[in-house]
Amino acid sequence: MSQIDAATLAALQSTFLEESFEGLDRAETGLIQLADDPDPEVIGELFRVIHSIKGGAGAFGVTEVTELAHVMENLLDDLRSGTPPTAEGCAALLAGVDELRATLREPAGARQLRAATHHEICARIVASRGAPAAKAAAAPVIAPAVAAAAAPVGDPAWLVDFKPHPTLMQTGNDPLRIVRELVELGATVTADLSRLPALGVLDPTELYLAWQLRLPAAVSQAQIEEAFAWVDGECTLAITREASAAPASEPVAETAPVPAAAPEPPPAPVAVLPMPAAPATPATPATPATPSRGGGGDDSHSPTNMSSVRVGIDKIDLLMNMVGELVITQSMLGELDTDGPISVERSAQIREGLLLLARNTRALQESVVRLRSMPVSVVFARLPRLVHDLGHKLGKRVELETTGQGTELDKTVLEKLGDPLIHIVRNSIDHGVETPDERIAAGKPAHGTIRIHAEHRGSAIVIEVSDDGRGLNLTRILSVAKQRGLVAPDAQLRDDEIANLVFAPGFSTAAVVSDVSGRGVGMDVVWRHLKEVGGDVHIESMPGQGTRTTLRVPLTLAIIDGQLIRVSEQSYVMPLLSIIETVELEPARLKRVGTAEVYRVRDQIVPVIDLGVAFGLRYERDLASGLLMIVEADGARVGLIVDELLAQQQIVIKSLETNFGRVDGLAGATILGDGHVAFIIDIVALTRGIRRGGRLAA
Amino acid sequence: MPKIMVIDDSNSMRALIKQALTAAGHQVIEAVDGQDALDRVATPGAASGIDLFLCDVNMPRVDGLTLVKKLRDLAPFKFKPILMLTTEIDPEKKRIAKEAGATGWLVKPFQPDQLLATIRKVLT
Repeated sequence: MSQIDAATLAALQSTFLEESFEGLDRAETGLIQLADDPDPEVIGELFRVIHSIKGGAGAFGVTEVTELAHVMENLLDDLRSGTPPTAEGCAALLAGVDELRATLREPAGARQLRAATHHEICARIVASRGAPAAKAAAAPVIAPAVAAAAAPVGDPAWLVDFKPHPTLMQTGNDPLRIVRELVELGATVTADLSRLPALGVLDPTELYLAWQLRLPAAVSQAQIEEAFAWVDGECTLAITREASAAPASEPVAETAPVPAAAPEPPPAPVAVLPMPAAPATPATPATPATPSRGGGGDDSHSPTNMSSVRVGIDKIDLLMNMVGELVITQSMLGELDTDGPISVERSAQIREGLLLLARNTRALQESVVRLRSMPVSVVFARLPRLVHDLGHKLGKRVELETTGQGTELDKTVLEKLGDPLIHIVRNSIDHGVETPDERIAAGKPAHGTIRIHAEHRGSAIVIEVSDDGRGLNLTRILSVAKQRGLVAPDAQLRDDEIANLVFAPGFSTAAVVSDVSGRGVGMDVVWRHLKEVGGDVHIESMPGQGTRTTLRVPLTLAIIDGQLIRVSEQSYVMPLLSIIETVELEPARLKRVGTAEVYRVRDQIVPVIDLGVAFGLRYERDLASGLLMIVEADGARVGLIVDELLAQQQIVIKSLETNFGRVDGLAGATILGDGHVAFIIDIVALTRGIRRGGRLAA
Repeated sequence: MPKIMVIDDSNSMRALIKQALTAAGHQVIEAVDGQDALDRVATPGAASGIDLFLCDVNMPRVDGLTLVKKLRDLAPFKFKPILMLTTEIDPEKKRIAKEAGATGWLVKPFQPDQLLATIRKVLT
């Protein structure tokens, strides 16, 4: 038989899980909205999600969740038919969503361990539906196997009188299918042609026939009823035991089309069927679809780690096109590869071919980058629940608005964004947004609003998280920072510099360390995560009006636009985006202020680093020939003394950490066209070195 | 080779059914919801030769019951078997499905064997 093999089933199962997790995420979002606004669309969507899980659970061998899903579905069905949602109901459903997700994440063997939690949540949901519904919910999920009370031997045979309504065929049913099925059970058939009209007036879409069947006593009533399950309400049906008083009522009826003039009326009907709720297919109760998934370690999916990417067909088509172009270019270049001297004409053709190749490669690279990219909505999706739960816990009313969630960026970068975003939003709710009373007293709406916006800016993605809370307490931040030795006691800092001290490791101002945020790790983690992906974070605060945190991350980690520079005999790469301008160095404008050197560019004074000295390539500056490259990072400008600007090109970043070790001041390395290795300068680390007044220990 | 249209908004459910059906030598056309199914049967040429519909009940856009009603209004599908894929065992829900014009139903979860056995019943 066409059984599905284990490997295919495992693959299908993981699709089911993936789909279920996506559904549960949507359900969660929906449920959070539901409390405020019982939108039928949302309820419908919720219902479908849970329904699909219930339906798929059995087929894909995750029967442990069936009961919970069923109970949830019942409650959602109430909502669908107009019962207003209650707070307890929504909370119980949310708990159910969490539990479904947790259970589906468990490996197959461990799922039933959660049974106790399931029952508890089921009970909560049932309770929230109120008394009358409770009874229905407690009903078994999967109908018990048909109560196949086998007829005791010696019972008389069955007589079945089957009179289809003329319209029976209009639901696609075929009466012969039923008759055939009963014949397989041993029935003998007599057709009743009495209602058949003359050919001229016969309507071929209507049914004029009726049948009498006689079945052996051993067949159970349920088996007979099952054959008619689909035509309930579309026929008159009588199933009776043959009266023992008339044992020879239908002795020989084997010749099928006996136009039985008027068969003697069937003996007293035992049951004229309104069909009972017997299942059409006798579902083997609660048997897992896969008996035991032996052997393969196929069930340890943890689909939430985003280890797979879903890619739209259009992106793949584009990629195919690019590869096609590449093949054409390659064959064109191949034709030019003949023996003999290279003529001027041929060299021109080769050059043209190479240009084309460069263009193709670039396009190919772009489409591969697109392939790895995912919309930021993937990480945004976790936030509404956080805002909802935290707001409740802290007695604050917070609304979340997200825009630009379709903005795509590299999957690896995206994964690193999840935690920082959560920390920032958590901090906004915990420290930023005031309680409704405080807000009203300050003349603001009782609801706080957190806005998250994502957009492309050049080759970076910028995500802004802003709240309309009380803003940062700069005085406190500064005093804490001094207390902890993060800044010198006599340091004079601008407001924005003070605000950004919250990202310093080990900083926390929360007077009471709450379990929400404020263990002093939050913002530090934000900063570290962003650095890991070559990003940047910046916070602005407007007292009484709120804070805005800006995260900037590169579109992709793998490739940047770089400016090659020469320092002494070495080549370095400077990320093109951070370069503001490059000017000829005039030694006269170089001034010494304390231990630091500064340079005046037009009206601005910038601190200066001599890269040659910083990297230990020379001891003294060669002032005769030099360029000053003004770069920006962390919102501050710095001048770097370099010797020469070389080419601008795309740089494939190779990590130093994985191959060698972390070097302060270097972000990585790359391999140049001539095979040499060039280091990529980490401008943020350089500028930080300046700010702390120290030198790089390169 | 019998041609069967499977209409279900769950990718995994569709994939499972398709797998079972193709393994048994049926040709499968997939539709992601009722509207998609209607669009597909409206495509010239596609309509001919669908021998059976397997149709989920709860779907976005056009749900299963509406789809059955609409299919019954189209001449080529007036008498074609349409089986509802349902988790319902509630007689009332079944009655509603019948009224819409469904031929019968398959109760989820089902095993591939049950699916094929049921399909054999209607495809002879």
